[in-house]
Amino acid sequence: MTSADIVGQDRGAPPLEEEQLPGGLAGMWARAKLNLRTGNLGPFPIIVGQIAVVIIFGFTATNFFTATNMVNLINETVGTAMLAFGVVFVLLLGEIDLSIGYLAGIGALVVAELQLPGSGHQIPGLLAMVVAVAVCASIGLVQGSIVAIVGVPSFVVTLGGFLIWQGVILNTLEQRGTIIIQDRWINYTDSYGFSPLGGYIVAVVIAALYPLSILYKRVAARGTRIAQLNWPGFVAKTVGIAIAAFGIVAITNHAKVITTTLGLPLSGVILVVFFILLTFLAKWTTFGRHVYATGGNAEAARRAGINVPRIRILVFMISGATAGIGGIIFAAQVNSVALTFPPGNLLLNAIASAVIGGVSLFGGRGEVRGALLGAVLIGTLQNGLNTLNVSNGWIYIITGLVLLGAVTLDTVAVRLQARSGR
Amino acid sequence: MTDTPLLELRGITKSFGSVQALTDVDFEVKPGEVMALVGDNGAGKSTLVKCIAGTHMPDSGQMVFEGRNIDIHTPKDAARLGIEVVYQDLALCDNLDVVQNMFLGREVNRFQVLNEAPMEQQTAETLKSLAVTTISSIRQPVATLSGGQRQSVAVARAVMWNGKLVILDEPTAALGVAQTEQVLELVRRLGQQGIGVILISHNLHDVFETADRITVLRLGRTVGVFDRRSTTQQAVVEAITAGTPTKVAGIPSTANAEA
Repeated sequence: MTSADIVGQDRGAPPLEEEQLPGGLAGMWARAKLNLRTGNLGPFPIIVGQIAVVIIFGFTATNFFTATNMVNLINETVGTAMLAFGVVFVLLLGEIDLSIGYLAGIGALVVAELQLPGSGHQIPGLLAMVVAVAVCASIGLVQGSIVAIVGVPSFVVTLGGFLIWQGVILNTLEQRGTIIIQDRWINYTDSYGFSPLGGYIVAVVIAALYPLSILYKRVAARGTRIAQLNWPGFVAKTVGIAIAAFGIVAITNHAKVITTTLGLPLSGVILVVFFILLTFLAKWTTFGRHVYATGGNAEAARRAGINVPRIRILVFMISGATAGIGGIIFAAQVNSVALTFPPGNLLLNAIASAVIGGVSLFGGRGEVRGALLGAVLIGTLQNGLNTLNVSNGWIYIITGLVLLGAVTLDTVAVRLQARSGR
Repeated sequence: MTDTPLLELRGITKSFGSVQALTDVDFEVKPGEVMALVGDNGAGKSTLVKCIAGTHMPDSGQMVFEGRNIDIHTPKDAARLGIEVVYQDLALCDNLDVVQNMFLGREVNRFQVLNEAPMEQQTAETLKSLAVTTISSIRQPVATLSGGQRQSVAVARAVMWNGKLVILDEPTAALGVAQTEQVLELVRRLGQQGIGVILISHNLHDVFETADRITVLRLGRTVGVFDRRSTTQQAVVEAITAGTPTKVAGIPSTANAEA
């Protein structure tokens, strides 16, 4: 829109009317074309990428399209995705948290230590998990305070954390060797499978939540723009989520190890629960709004009376807590904590997940769902390449190329948006 | 327009170390009046505004707001009185939409859960009352707005939060011709709604388009208060560049300046 247009419609134009697009399918087509032209792609490219990856591995890897591998895929992805959720909040502020990989290790270590029979400080597994997450959140509190109050850059503070918590893990486990986790509640976080009926009940709940939340918004905010609904998009999303939920349950219900049926893994349900909670926190609460504001313009947020240091500290606590939860799930996967923890490139995979999912490194832009989609894409890619017996080197190279491709696409999209003035 | 000033400053003096930024400055704004504050660089405009906004404390002098003696120690004190400052850099979050910016830091919520409907309605009403009609959707990010529209949002935010006195710091400095006109129109409308406006500007054209009266500062002193209808740009320019303090005692009068 040029300034001449603005003057032209300055008087007499109906107030606050958005450019009118036709309704129904024609409207959806028009909107899609507009979005494509202006680079407003949303999660579309990553979903296309995910479908492409699934199809490619489906044809090339014989063991990829099995029910058991679906359960494996979920279990492998959940830990990374949990960390990536925390990364979203940190990146929204324009900060970084490099300590989360080893914070996950601290979470696993604390939970393993506290459940250890005969250690003198054994407590119930459920309580041990709560304590472990609290410890990680407290570490986040300390690191966040140094960033927010003292003013040390988060890169440096969390790089320090990276080394310190790695050191703590090394010191403890070099003496003690591997700590075996026997508590069944802790191990359930990764290994528990729902019965077929239980799985379908979970699927019904998950499939219903999205349309219910949208309908609630429509009722609660009647007559405002925010309540307006793009019906075709809404129907497509509702159907898509339902197909995904029921499809995953139907597949995992057929997963067997020898003769034991695995069923829908609890880890997947834990992930979905945290996904919903954290999305709610980011999008529907005052705190979430202030996180976006601080990331967008910290000075403006401060002048608007937002307690910016408090927001920063809370975000680092969230990051610590999600790292702790992810760490517990990783430990439950192998029923132990060993010197090899955290597995693989956990820190970098978590950050890559968020970034592939469209979360900006410069703050203020991104969504929790991006981290979920990114983590699933990276998880699928690495799982598929593993079933193809591709070497680790190539797995890193391909993951790197996907990251590069996704961010390049995003950068181009942002430039298109800027050019079209959206 | 009533004759009782909304804000009245008497004998404001402020120095930073050995630098005398303001010397015995008198200043007033009436409700519904657009008072322009002009002067060359270093004349003390910013310092005076910062004293009103609570960023600086004057060394001596008296401030009267709505007939009461006041002390403004912090920006929060100023906001509580109904004094809102729209700074040059606007303090908007580009990534948030218009509604979110209008309610930034003061969101309507129930147990910390956002209640969007009233926020959206009130934003629409405020923009409508100021006849800001060029913003096509109040749900579009501020980054997508033009400079004039952004300025309008910042001003509307100040008005919505019960601003009785709105201070605009160089509101048209970064704008093109059409957008400048848009903002000046808005400034006039603020006056019509009974809000006192202090307009700081380098641009005498803008000042003569909108202001009711013009206060000229030079080297930290008031050198004249002009009535826009009975003065010329020539006279104001002379005051800015070569004016001499006109104050005899008490409140500066337009008669003094015209002489």
